[in-house]
Amino acid sequence: MADDRRKTPEELFAEAVRDPRDLTRYLHYLKQTKSEGMSVLVAPLDAAINWSRANALWPLTFGLACCAIEMMAVGAAKFDLDRFGAGAFRPTPRQADLMIVAGTVTHKMAPRVKRLFDQMPEPKYVMAMGACTIGGGPYSVHGYHVVKGLDRFLPVDVYVPGCPPRPEALIDALLWLQQKIAQERPLIKRYSKETA
Amino acid sequence: MDIRSIHALLRDRFENIIGELQTPERGDASIAVAAEGLADVCRFLRDNDATRFDFLRLISSVDRGTRLSSIYHLYSYPHSHTAVLRVDVDREAPRVPSVSSIWASAEWHEREAFDMMGIIYENHPELTRILLPDDWEGHPLRKDYQPPAEYHGLTNT
Amino acid sequence: MANETTREPADTLRTEELLINMGPQHPSTHGVLRLIVQTDGEMVRRTWPQIGFLHRCFEKIAESLDYAKVIPYTDRMDYLGSMNNPLPFCLAVEKLGGFAVPDRASYLRVIMAELNRIASHLLAFGTYALDLGAFTPFLYGFREREMILSIFEKISGGRLLYHYPRIGGVARDMTPEIAADIRAFLVQMRKVWPEYNTLLSKNQIFVKRTANVGVITREQAIAYGLTGPCLRGSGVAFDLRKAHPYCGYERFSFDVPVGEGAMGTTGDCWDRYWVRMAEMMESCKIVEQALDGLPEGPFFEKVGRSFDLPAGEAYVPCENPRGELGFYVVSDGSSKALRVKSRAPSFCNLCITDAICRDVLLADVVAIIGSIDIVLGEVDR
Repeated sequence: MADDRRKTPEELFAEAVRDPRDLTRYLHYLKQTKSEGMSVLVAPLDAAINWSRANALWPLTFGLACCAIEMMAVGAAKFDLDRFGAGAFRPTPRQADLMIVAGTVTHKMAPRVKRLFDQMPEPKYVMAMGACTIGGGPYSVHGYHVVKGLDRFLPVDVYVPGCPPRPEALIDALLWLQQKIAQERPLIKRYSKETA
Repeated sequence: MDIRSIHALLRDRFENIIGELQTPERGDASIAVAAEGLADVCRFLRDNDATRFDFLRLISSVDRGTRLSSIYHLYSYPHSHTAVLRVDVDREAPRVPSVSSIWASAEWHEREAFDMMGIIYENHPELTRILLPDDWEGHPLRKDYQPPAEYHGLTNT
Repeated sequence: MANETTREPADTLRTEELLINMGPQHPSTHGVLRLIVQTDGEMVRRTWPQIGFLHRCFEKIAESLDYAKVIPYTDRMDYLGSMNNPLPFCLAVEKLGGFAVPDRASYLRVIMAELNRIASHLLAFGTYALDLGAFTPFLYGFREREMILSIFEKISGGRLLYHYPRIGGVARDMTPEIAADIRAFLVQMRKVWPEYNTLLSKNQIFVKRTANVGVITREQAIAYGLTGPCLRGSGVAFDLRKAHPYCGYERFSFDVPVGEGAMGTTGDCWDRYWVRMAEMMESCKIVEQALDGLPEGPFFEKVGRSFDLPAGEAYVPCENPRGELGFYVVSDGSSKALRVKSRAPSFCNLCITDAICRDVLLADVVAIIGSIDIVLGEVDR
């Protein structure tokens, strides 16, 4: 606990959210952040909201290329994304909150990816799966029709390297995303006197 | 029938339209066909009992620097023999008659050759780009192709 | 007073044909395929397939790299048949370069290609059922597929994209452990195949969705350049492994399943599905024979990372799980190809969509596209 003083409020909150039974961590978080004027009543609500969002991420069935096959393998029985709450793949973006862009994005496809992202309701998260979405992948040098990275036109939350990434890597990325969501403070941002 | 007999048969029938038989030391032989007689030659090859080329495997386009070529790989299910036809056209005005009325599979192959190399197939039912977006400029497989620096706001480097 | 509700619907109901967009993001299009569908109510009058959403410039890249470096890009074309894709390319380069491939390498290429065929057909089986609304076959198919993928991982390091067949041979040798794994898989596959058959092939719902749907006649199949299970489903008994054997396929005895209209008409969706199912068992036979007869010796011929290929051109076709995959390699004598053209079976098979999706139900379009079994990486290259 001695080095907690160097952690940011978001990190303290995330730690508290990860283990809600550890009351001491939560009280420590309150003590650390009380000086910043955070609302004590809203913090547990935030924790609850983050917990429910992180553990029930519904991905969009958005397989573009080879990485889509590994995404399907993650959805199947051996690796099973459903035990992390993310097994309900939705075909329509209006019902999805996670877009796993699995595969190369080409110039012809890019406007459609953007449109699908726009159609997703907030809060929405984007996972760039595979080397092609990170920086063009094997096509980054000679591919005239390939967009050299998804983050050129979309905000990306998690990058998953690999060509294609192993199913375990995709599950790891999902857990990273869950930790990232745990650090959010949606209500505190809205209602506290001091904005973060 | 081997490629020499097919070449001889075509030479007999079509004379000047059929060019030389190129037989390299390694690899496939190909029969040069003049562009204006291509449709008749192909129809003959498909319908003639001795050749019966009912399967058009693919149509490729090659940029040889001085000229563009449209290559046809044919196969016959009844006779199990192959043939390769080559049509050379000028870079500035690459016009080749379409064979999509002879083999239905040619439609998409010719669209792709037009898209990638810029060869114009006359009498094609719908000669539009098939792989690249409709507003793409240039034909990528040409040797002098420069990719665009950006496309609709997304840079290409 | 006229009662409004007794007016004939034809007077008041305006009907017109609707243009519906299906894709490029759609659960049943097997990738980024866009279909513009013209419907009259539930009946589809015409479809226009639009492709190119995954065009990754393979042919331009192949002109810019040395021959050995092109192989990973061939893997990524049909990403479900990554052990099969480099074969025609390697064979074409070896033909032009006069490289001799050792026997052991040919056997290994065959074993891996046939295992990949089984894996690809398992996925086709699973996703086809998924398209039609059944979830269980998908999970079952992936169970055996995972066994194959772990074998591939042991021998090549990759689960999906292997870079295994190389120019002059293969990348790594087989160990006794991997051979034992393959034999265990064959036992398991032969045990579960009848279960898959019982689950789906004679299932009344599946038969009603696929029999007599999307009939492709023999003449249509040949005219449109269909190959693979699509061609054999229409009754044409042509398989490149039998007609023009490569990699030593003439040494193995196996049958070529052909569609006979067992559930409906020859050339319907059920026939194409059935050809894939039967091919899985034939591939098991080939793998077993190849394992039993695997010769000792080197598994590759040293050709170097960069070499000048003599000038010439060669087209070599091989039997991919989806049909005839061929590479037309044109060499000008340098270390990079002048032109590499890939004849992708899915591109050629897909062109028949417009012709057969006429006056069918909207649900039949899904069944037809699934039965053609396309991979968009191959369609768009």
